[in-house]
Amino acid sequence: MLFKNHGIIERNSMILLVGILLVVSIGGIVQIAPLFRIEQTIEKVDGVRPYTPLELAGRGVYIREGCYTCHSQMIRPLRDEIERYGHYSLAAESMYDHPFQWGSKRTGPDLARVGGRYSDAWHVQHLINPRSVVPESIMPPYAFLEGREIGIKDVVDKHIVAQTRVGVPYTQADIDNAKTDLMAQADPNADSEGLQSRYGGKVTVRDFDGDPSKVTEMDALVAYLQVLGTMVDFKTYEPMKAENLR
Amino acid sequence: MEPTLLKSKALPRFDIIFTCGVAFLVALWAIFATSHAEDVGMTVHGWIFLGAAIMAALGLVFTAHGTALQNDPSTYSDGVIRFGVIASTFWGIVGMLVGVVIASQLAYPDMLYFKDFGFLNFGRLRPLHTSAVIFAFGGNVLLATSFYVVQRTCRARLFGGMLPWFVFWGYQLFIVLAATGYLLGVTSGQEYAEPTWHVDLWLTVVWVAYLLVFLGTLWKRKEPHIYVANWFYLAFIVTIAMLHVVNNLAVPTSAFATTSYPLFGGVQNALTQWWYGHNAVGFFLTAGFLAIMYYFIPKQVNRPVYSYQLSIVHFWALIFIYIWAGPHHLHYTALPQWAQTLGMTFSIILWMPSWGGMINGLMTLSGAWDKLRTDPVLRMFVASLAFYGMSTFEGPVMSVRAVNSLSHYTDWTIGHVHSGALGWVGMVSFGALYALTPWLWKRERLYSLKLVEMHFWLSTIGILFYISSMWVSGIQQGLMWRSYNEFGFLTYSFVETVKAMHLPYIVRAIGGLLYLIGTCIMAYNLWRTIDGAVAKKEPLTLANPNLVPAE
Repeated sequence: MLFKNHGIIERNSMILLVGILLVVSIGGIVQIAPLFRIEQTIEKVDGVRPYTPLELAGRGVYIREGCYTCHSQMIRPLRDEIERYGHYSLAAESMYDHPFQWGSKRTGPDLARVGGRYSDAWHVQHLINPRSVVPESIMPPYAFLEGREIGIKDVVDKHIVAQTRVGVPYTQADIDNAKTDLMAQADPNADSEGLQSRYGGKVTVRDFDGDPSKVTEMDALVAYLQVLGTMVDFKTYEPMKAENLR
Repeated sequence: MEPTLLKSKALPRFDIIFTCGVAFLVALWAIFATSHAEDVGMTVHGWIFLGAAIMAALGLVFTAHGTALQNDPSTYSDGVIRFGVIASTFWGIVGMLVGVVIASQLAYPDMLYFKDFGFLNFGRLRPLHTSAVIFAFGGNVLLATSFYVVQRTCRARLFGGMLPWFVFWGYQLFIVLAATGYLLGVTSGQEYAEPTWHVDLWLTVVWVAYLLVFLGTLWKRKEPHIYVANWFYLAFIVTIAMLHVVNNLAVPTSAFATTSYPLFGGVQNALTQWWYGHNAVGFFLTAGFLAIMYYFIPKQVNRPVYSYQLSIVHFWALIFIYIWAGPHHLHYTALPQWAQTLGMTFSIILWMPSWGGMINGLMTLSGAWDKLRTDPVLRMFVASLAFYGMSTFEGPVMSVRAVNSLSHYTDWTIGHVHSGALGWVGMVSFGALYALTPWLWKRERLYSLKLVEMHFWLSTIGILFYISSMWVSGIQQGLMWRSYNEFGFLTYSFVETVKAMHLPYIVRAIGGLLYLIGTCIMAYNLWRTIDGAVAKKEPLTLANPNLVPAE
């Protein structure tokens, strides 16, 4: 019966086309659509904020260089991973990540909580020549980031506008002050009061790359690495609370 | 015949108008892009777009006088397919070469990274490798074979006049844009969907034209039934369109900047991305290549497909179930657990329709198995189905959450992908290219079957080196990560597990190199065949059973 009637589909290209479209749509709709009910997908936590302009620029460098091809940013709730990398990753921690950078391969270690683990100087040295600090490392060198001005320095406000369009809650003040905030975060002598009032007192203001003469891509990337996994206040997070189970 | 010919002459040539219009709009945008570009990537891409538009205009002008633009419905349009065969071979070698380079970088980082050439770092070459082999090599094989198969099985010339040429060259432009972009650091940062928004838009235009050519040819068919290979091609084209558009929804930072931010973020972005990523495997690398299998294997053994009923059941089951399998890439992540379980369940069910395809292909050889002894091209096809069967069994195993907790993030995944990509996709493509070349250039036979034989063994041994070294390194690293000593501490630091990968990485690079050499031998063989040469001392088939023992 089924096979007899299949002839109808085989003789009509449009019925075949519509049939295919219907059949391949179902799975995606059932799996993806419910995730947009945020309260069932993303935990309630304190502390997660949009990236500062400098961190956002650093994240751009991270994506541009394809760091995600070797480093994950997703700690699984397995004993060895929690002991090696720290608290397992929450959905809330990447809710402002467009695109997400969970990764799929650990040729290098997970970076979800690398923030605060190493000093800025270690990161700079490691990025310039990974094998000078980790002899067995197989990571490529990123010495060219040193001294290179941030490519999006003059258009970072446009980047923040685009971020708001995809739903990241930046304010108009964040957009208006984006360029000054970007410069201020890498300059300990600059007035960073505005930056910290907008992004919170925990924002680190340092000369990340140790070169006070200019704000470089190295500054941006290290600033991004140093904030990874540090936003959530785990003292106020209750993992077993009903609203956080999913 | 005559009335159709007259009718087609009377109609305005929409294909030419369309191509001119697209070239004009592209040129207009490209002029602004070159002058207003906000980053180097956009400047370069502006010039590439502009160059392509000028070349398209020149091409149109110079072919307008000749016969190239004539559209004789009594013949098949094979010129574009010949280009497709050459492009497939070319991109195959490029993609595999980049693969060997990045595999060697992981084995010998000090020798193969250059401080002053950051664009040659692994992170930028890896997307170049994956896109070149999947989309450039695989994509061109799919374009060429689908254009060939749809004409023969419909007994109709390709629809759309010069539209197939637009699809072919438009697709090459997409490849060049994507590849130059990766080297310049222009990427969207989503695996297997790395081309940025303007390149994605261009691919959408090309893909719609492709769908139109394919559907239009189906509409013109003189056969009452649509052949099973065409169901698979149609499912591949339609589903890739859906996946591509949804997964690449993004807001650019400016009309003249390459940077953009995807519409979905975090967990929603993750699931959409793997819904796309897994079905790039399911529909690009599986459905499309099953279509190749359904035409070329029956042709090569001169027998009908084993079971019509099985092809119906496994076609609908395969395309329905594949779409659900994406979440198995996100086991134990922050994706809600119900979605992970659903993805795992469907991945396991997927084993059955996958093997349905393998069985239908292998059983087509019933009564013709002796041909394996004499026809090395057929051997390519059969080996490809064997690897297809193997990797579609390994996949469901790895999708089980407990197995995945070990295999995820390790080289086991890389090995699994390559048993599918090198074994199934690569070998079925080689078989199709070996079959197509004599047909398209009207040659009696291939230049040398012995070289095919050599290619077969080089690639098979290469794959075995590749996947076994990745099993060793993947499982070893997974076990080392979770190993505890007698005091209850983790035994190994991360970098100790990296160090342990050194030997498998060397073996892997050798395996890849063998495979690449095989492909180069194929390129030589195809070139000599096109050239009209025949290796004089060879018989028409490898008939001597002493030379080629049956497996």
